[in-house]
Amino acid sequence: MTLRNEQEDVTFESALERLEQIVRDLESGELPLEKAIENFQEGMKMAKICRDKLDQAEQKIEMLVKENGEFLKKPFNPEDER
Amino acid sequence: MEQQTILTVSDVTRYIKMMFDQDDRLRDCWVRGEISNFTHHSSGHMYFTLKDSGSRLKSIMFKSANRSLTFLPKDGMKVIVRGYVSVFERDGQYQFYVEEMQPDGLGALYLAFQQLKERLEQEGLFAPERKRPLPAFPRTIGVITSPTGAAVRDIITTIRRRYPVAHVILHPVLVQGPEAAPSIALAIQTMNALAEVDVLIVGRGGGSLEELWAFNEEVVARAIFASKIPVISAVGHETDFTIADFVADVRAATPTAAAELAVPHLGELTRHVYQLEERLTNAMIGTIRESKRRLERIEQSTVFLRPKQTIAQKRQWVDHLENELELRLTRLTGSRARKLAEWTGRLQAVSPVERLKRMEQQLQFAAGRLQTVMAAQLEKENHCYERLLDKMQAYSPLLVMKRGYALVYRQDGKERKLIRSLHDVQLGDLVQVRLHDGHVDCHVWGLEEAVNDSEK
Repeated sequence: MTLRNEQEDVTFESALERLEQIVRDLESGELPLEKAIENFQEGMKMAKICRDKLDQAEQKIEMLVKENGEFLKKPFNPEDER
Repeated sequence: MEQQTILTVSDVTRYIKMMFDQDDRLRDCWVRGEISNFTHHSSGHMYFTLKDSGSRLKSIMFKSANRSLTFLPKDGMKVIVRGYVSVFERDGQYQFYVEEMQPDGLGALYLAFQQLKERLEQEGLFAPERKRPLPAFPRTIGVITSPTGAAVRDIITTIRRRYPVAHVILHPVLVQGPEAAPSIALAIQTMNALAEVDVLIVGRGGGSLEELWAFNEEVVARAIFASKIPVISAVGHETDFTIADFVADVRAATPTAAAELAVPHLGELTRHVYQLEERLTNAMIGTIRESKRRLERIEQSTVFLRPKQTIAQKRQWVDHLENELELRLTRLTGSRARKLAEWTGRLQAVSPVERLKRMEQQLQFAAGRLQTVMAAQLEKENHCYERLLDKMQAYSPLLVMKRGYALVYRQDGKERKLIRSLHDVQLGDLVQVRLHDGHVDCHVWGLEEAVNDSEK
């Protein structure tokens, strides 16, 4: 599973922004209870999305290699090159 | 000899200075030469002579200009300087005012660098307003550098350490030599065409000016400028800027710094998310607690605790109001009644009935008096009248006639005339003699005048 394929509809950035906004709103203490609960649930969802995205540590490091006029991606490990 | 203006020395010098200052070539020029007689004055200004095999040029570099020098000039050093020629009026000496200085040898490259830099700057390639922000959370980072060497290792290690969720796509390029610049420019174009990366790191490790030269070439500058993907330049040289540094959206001093700028720190980010989650939970708990507290406050209010008390209180209040109303009403009517009595009294006091009575009395009194007065007056008049009547009777001719007197009238046509004289009648006239009890008609038949005239 890659970072791109999961939760394609929500980017980490927008999830984080939404989470921050929800926390600010809720901390202001001005929301009616129902709205607060609703926001809280959404906030928890956003936090989970953020955490999930951060937990996916499957980093790919690739190098472009041109073969027959086309670029191919090949795994690259800088340590190997030394 | 024709009349000619005689100039002062100052006039001449000033004129020469003006000529120098107006000359385009002297106003901004590059000069190559060797430094001699170098002195760094305590004022901070540098005085020296530039010489070559054929001539010498007296030069000065002011403190404000030499502050940015990266090396210290000394005698025998070959340099390329840029500045202007002008005249120091006091000494009547022309000299070269140095604004920039570069050791010769790198001279050609340096000149090329300066000229390109100026040109691209004027074109707006370095404009701060066109610098784009870097993405806060890039998913894929493009790296354009040599696949060997420290730079690529530093970049990948740093990204792996800080943000192991991002992909890295390396585009290997030559970073020095004549093929370097076109290779770098093409790589930037390729990365843009692939459109898979969110940010580009373009760079190499440190080196000499010649080794870094590819990053000073126009083709690289233009490729960076044309890139749709934000570019971080990472040419490993702390102090000197390359043209690529000026055009890039962000300049990093080293490849490691570039990687740090390109990606956030995952650990910090994770902490941040956890903190947000914690704040979210706390805020929710707080909200619920506050709602509960409000509910409790409401539940504990007397309305809920002793519901009848409210009614009783209201009832009492109604009673109170009733009393109050009655009291007010009584007070109100009482005061009105008093007012009425007062006004009635005042009205009676000014009533016309009394005046009428008084006036009636006056009238009766006046009428009585009038009657008395009138009666008295009438009696007086009556009395007067009777006396007058008596008098009149006394004077009445009838009374005289009773005593034997008669009145004689002559009928003259229709008129009857009293005859008083003998001359009023003629013989033959018919006269009437009036007595007190009738009349006698007579015929005059004799006239005789009395002797005594005294009777007339």
